Amino acid sequence: MMHEPERSIGNLLSNLPCKSKVVGALDWHREAGNVRAAGGQLLTLWGADDRDRDGSFRIFAAYLLDDGIEVLEHAMGNGITPTYPSLAELFPCALHMERAVYDLLGIASMEPDHRGWLRHGGWPRSEFPLRRDFDASRQFAIDSQPYPFVQVEGDGVHEIAVGPVHAGTIEPGHFRFSVVGEKVLRLEERLGYTHKGVSKRFEQMQQAEGHRLAARLSGDSAVAFSWAYCAALEAITHTGCPPRAANLRALALEHERLANHLGDLGALGNDAGFAFGLTQFSRMKEDLLRLNVAAFGARYLLDFVQPGGVATELPEDTPRLLLDHYLVLEERVSGLRVIYDNHAGLQDRFREAGTLSRESAVKLGAVGLAGRASGVPLDLRVHHPWPPYDRMKPKLVMQSTGDVAARVYQRFDEVFESLRLCRMILENSVAGPIQADCPLAEPDRLGLGLIESWRGPVIIALESGPGGTIRRCHAHDSSWQNWPLIEYAILSNIVPDFPLINKSFNLSYSGHDG
Amino acid sequence: MINTLSRMIRTGILTETFPAPASASPAMDRLQKDMRNILGRALCIRHVDAGSCNGCELEIHALNNPYYNIEGIGMKFVASPRHADLLLVTGPVTANMEEALKRTLDAMPDPKLVVAVGDCGACGGVFGKSYASRGAVANVIPVQRTVAGCPPSPVAILEAIRSAVIEA
Ligand code: SF4
Repeated sequence: MMHEPERSIGNLLSNLPCKSKVVGALDWHREAGNVRAAGGQLLTLWGADDRDRDGSFRIFAAYLLDDGIEVLEHAMGNGITPTYPSLAELFPCALHMERAVYDLLGIASMEPDHRGWLRHGGWPRSEFPLRRDFDASRQFAIDSQPYPFVQVEGDGVHEIAVGPVHAGTIEPGHFRFSVVGEKVLRLEERLGYTHKGVSKRFEQMQQAEGHRLAARLSGDSAVAFSWAYCAALEAITHTGCPPRAANLRALALEHERLANHLGDLGALGNDAGFAFGLTQFSRMKEDLLRLNVAAFGARYLLDFVQPGGVATELPEDTPRLLLDHYLVLEERVSGLRVIYDNHAGLQDRFREAGTLSRESAVKLGAVGLAGRASGVPLDLRVHHPWPPYDRMKPKLVMQSTGDVAARVYQRFDEVFESLRLCRMILENSVAGPIQADCPLAEPDRLGLGLIESWRGPVIIALESGPGGTIRRCHAHDSSWQNWPLIEYAILSNIVPDFPLINKSFNLSYSGHDG
Repeated sequence: MINTLSRMIRTGILTETFPAPASASPAMDRLQKDMRNILGRALCIRHVDAGSCNGCELEIHALNNPYYNIEGIGMKFVASPRHADLLLVTGPVTANMEEALKRTLDAMPDPKLVVAVGDCGACGGVFGKSYASRGAVANVIPVQRTVAGCPPSPVAILEAIRSAVIEA
């Protein structure tokens, strides 16, 4: 069989060490096997319509290896339905991504599951929104069809359908449980309800404003996403983010981590019947948000990171204010950790609930916080640090049991480590400009931005068009990898534990649905 | 237990004279009174995320923290639209949520109010209208009030709830 020639993808640049390769269909699959064998992870998968350029559709996969990122690109001709070999048997998390690529672009993997994932009947089956000849402003009447969930049969098995609208203030999604009595035999998730057409929207924006949309992919990870976008844009425009701005970005990213972890620690206590935990932690979270107003000018930092730097410098008196507050916070969180430790009722709910073993976590490709709670040693800040983390040397924090308790303690430990990093930033503060000029990117450059958000790695793949336009922008949240984990973690648990188990992962619906 | 109790005592009551940072403003004092007088300490709220980025949800959650303590003035989030007087809607309405949003509103008993939260709910925000998004909540269901902001602060959300109720 002829080996297809290799060439490097033109101009791929990133904030992490990165290499790329163009491959044929055979090598698309073979290389994926090599990555798997080497213990690598699938980071994201995306497609592009390049028929205007060379008559092809393209599929890209980004992998994480010990020495950095590897991006594979495979081109397909413009057939009736262009196809490529599925990665799902090597990387189970690829299945949802492949279904999403089909819904948006009409290029299909050879996987037999062709149920719509993002397309719920909001646009016709024959239309593919990310194709260049698709008019984004078109609206279609809803034509929703029943979704064929996988049926479980057997004595006494029944189904419970939950969602998309849930009982609490949370995002929409559908969960279909097959249960016997209280015990869960199977859970199937259906997502895509919050699909807002973000990828297509990017293509109507200028490079200089795309960070605003990126931040709004998942509001709880706004700093991470806007930073990833800016990292991609700065890579392809050869813009050096000033050291002071990089420090402030890291400070904002750690504040985002702290705010989310504090909120979750309270909510997890509450879901286990300990309202005191919610009161205490939600108070600490509110204190931190108010400090954000003093330090960064807003409670949530949706517009803080911008191309070339950050929007504002810290006011003169705030570093002292922040450092003092970190001490108070540390003391309070330590105290609550002791209380959580010694509370028999809480421990009873947390321990051995929703267990994801290390073996399953590795097999399923778990990333981020949930991965580390199951003993998967992966944190981009630690393993592939970009400035300023390369100087700060964050410590890897990990648990081993993979249950709700592990995800609770992972958050406690990460709060302490985050506080250490925040302190380090403020105590070794460098002076200097907070903004560099970010020129327009040359057309047809591909940039990759990767940032470890509080939840896991977020990725932006940005391709420039002419005159400062965006040709294609793909945004990926770690929730793509981690949603399928819950389908495993819930098995043999009881239905009433689902809210607690789900919360312990706290995945993003919007970040996933795009 | 001793630990928990002593922390409770040390924490004390945090609830601020309504609502916290802007309590100096007379409008805010009025808000607290109005809530008591008009609602008689009973407003049941149902929230629906019709496609938000989840930023607005974070600020709605904050309403339950001890500083705002909305249950203390009789506002409560309920689990079913059938128990709700007021619907808070976040996000631009996605095509995939259009049906669920309409059905939630239908399930609420009359009289009912709708408040659209955030720039997205008010006008479609950064996402606008597209094949996947209907834009503003008012494009899909009748809305009495909108709250601008991305995300709006908890105080701004409370203020909008108050004016929706007063004008009703
Ligand atoms: S208004 Fe802002 S915070 Fe709220 S859903 Fe829209 S983008 Fe998110």
